[in-house]
Amino acid sequence: MRESIVMKIHYGTALGAVALVAIHILMRLTVDFHESLTYDAVVANYQMLGYALLLELILILISVHGFNGLRVILLELRQGSGYEKGVTYGCIAGMVVLIAYGTRTIIMTNMGMI
Amino acid sequence: MEQKIHPKIKEYQEKQEESKVEVPKANLVTLKIKKYNPNKDSSSSYQNYQVPVEKWTTVLDALLDVKQNLDHSIGVRYSCRQAACGSCGMKINGKPKLACFTKISELDSTEITLEPMDNFPITRDLVVDFSRLFANHKKIMPYIMNNESEISNGTKEFLQDPKHVEEYIQFAGCIKCGLCNSACPTMAMDSSFVGPQALAQAYRYVADNRDKGKDNRLKVIDESHGIWRCHFAGSCSQVCPKGVDPAMGIQLLRGYLLGFRD
Ligand code: SF4
Ligand code: FES
Repeated sequence: MRESIVMKIHYGTALGAVALVAIHILMRLTVDFHESLTYDAVVANYQMLGYALLLELILILISVHGFNGLRVILLELRQGSGYEKGVTYGCIAGMVVLIAYGTRTIIMTNMGMI
Repeated sequence: MEQKIHPKIKEYQEKQEESKVEVPKANLVTLKIKKYNPNKDSSSSYQNYQVPVEKWTTVLDALLDVKQNLDHSIGVRYSCRQAACGSCGMKINGKPKLACFTKISELDSTEITLEPMDNFPITRDLVVDFSRLFANHKKIMPYIMNNESEISNGTKEFLQDPKHVEEYIQFAGCIKCGLCNSACPTMAMDSSFVGPQALAQAYRYVADNRDKGKDNRLKVIDESHGIWRCHFAGSCSQVCPKGVDPAMGIQLLRGYLLGFRD
């Protein structure tokens, strides 16, 4: 993939994450901080379809943005074709695992497994 | 090594002894020169040389004075002596500058440290290897690409109005001195980074309305060690002796890649 496409995704995910995290924080402000983090409240959030979708989107945006940022830092730290391939595939793998793990939590909550 | 005394300073001292006149101290500066020969030395060292200077003496003048009178072995590269050839870049009191374009009097110091530019392999003493700079410069195809030729029969010269010239003219002033690459923090870390000099030149040709090679050039710089690795520190633009603003050129180039310019 051309680097300009990767960087467009990088900037886009940053903007998207800022907007969605702002909505997320605003929604958290509607209840007291300590209430917001109780077990039942968190599970209830995951079970609310719209809110679960918002959290899933934030997870995807931040994972894509974060792991690409890490890739860029690591590419600047050292060079060499084997190393660079390893960094790129490692970051893609890390991103997929993180998204899969977060998604699994939301799905399990909705299936009553948590 | 025994410290040699500059013949002019000796002459002053003798005169001073004879006439008991104080030698004006401000006219003497010490050049502290970093010496290193990668083929011989295991590490670098600094040597001090005291030279007399005038108001108009440049760092290069002082260096050549040292070479002529105190130590012939100092490695220094120069040619035009007028900020045109780009040969004499070095770190002067910690900042990348052209030795021929920096007057001793403007440095406001009686001890001047001269070191080779950062981010380049050292050839010897103050001389660095420009292979990477030239290779990257070549990579961006620094010439007008246009199938119609100015010299073939029946075609006219490519006319440009002042507005089009304005788009790129400051970037055409680059003398390939490498000061910008030496000041760039990404160059210090990323040995594959194309560098501000080549990127500024890529902009110079992309913005030229006679050129038709934009897509080819953008392809070259749009890779993992290309334009996107610039962090916009801006130090390249601060050190350029010719008033080129590579940091701005890089941002304008990004505009093409992000679809803000065509
Ligand atoms: S842009 Fe300026 S500092 Fe960089 S190589 Fe050209 S003249 Fe030297
Ligand atoms: S000697 Fe040519 S630029 Fe300094």
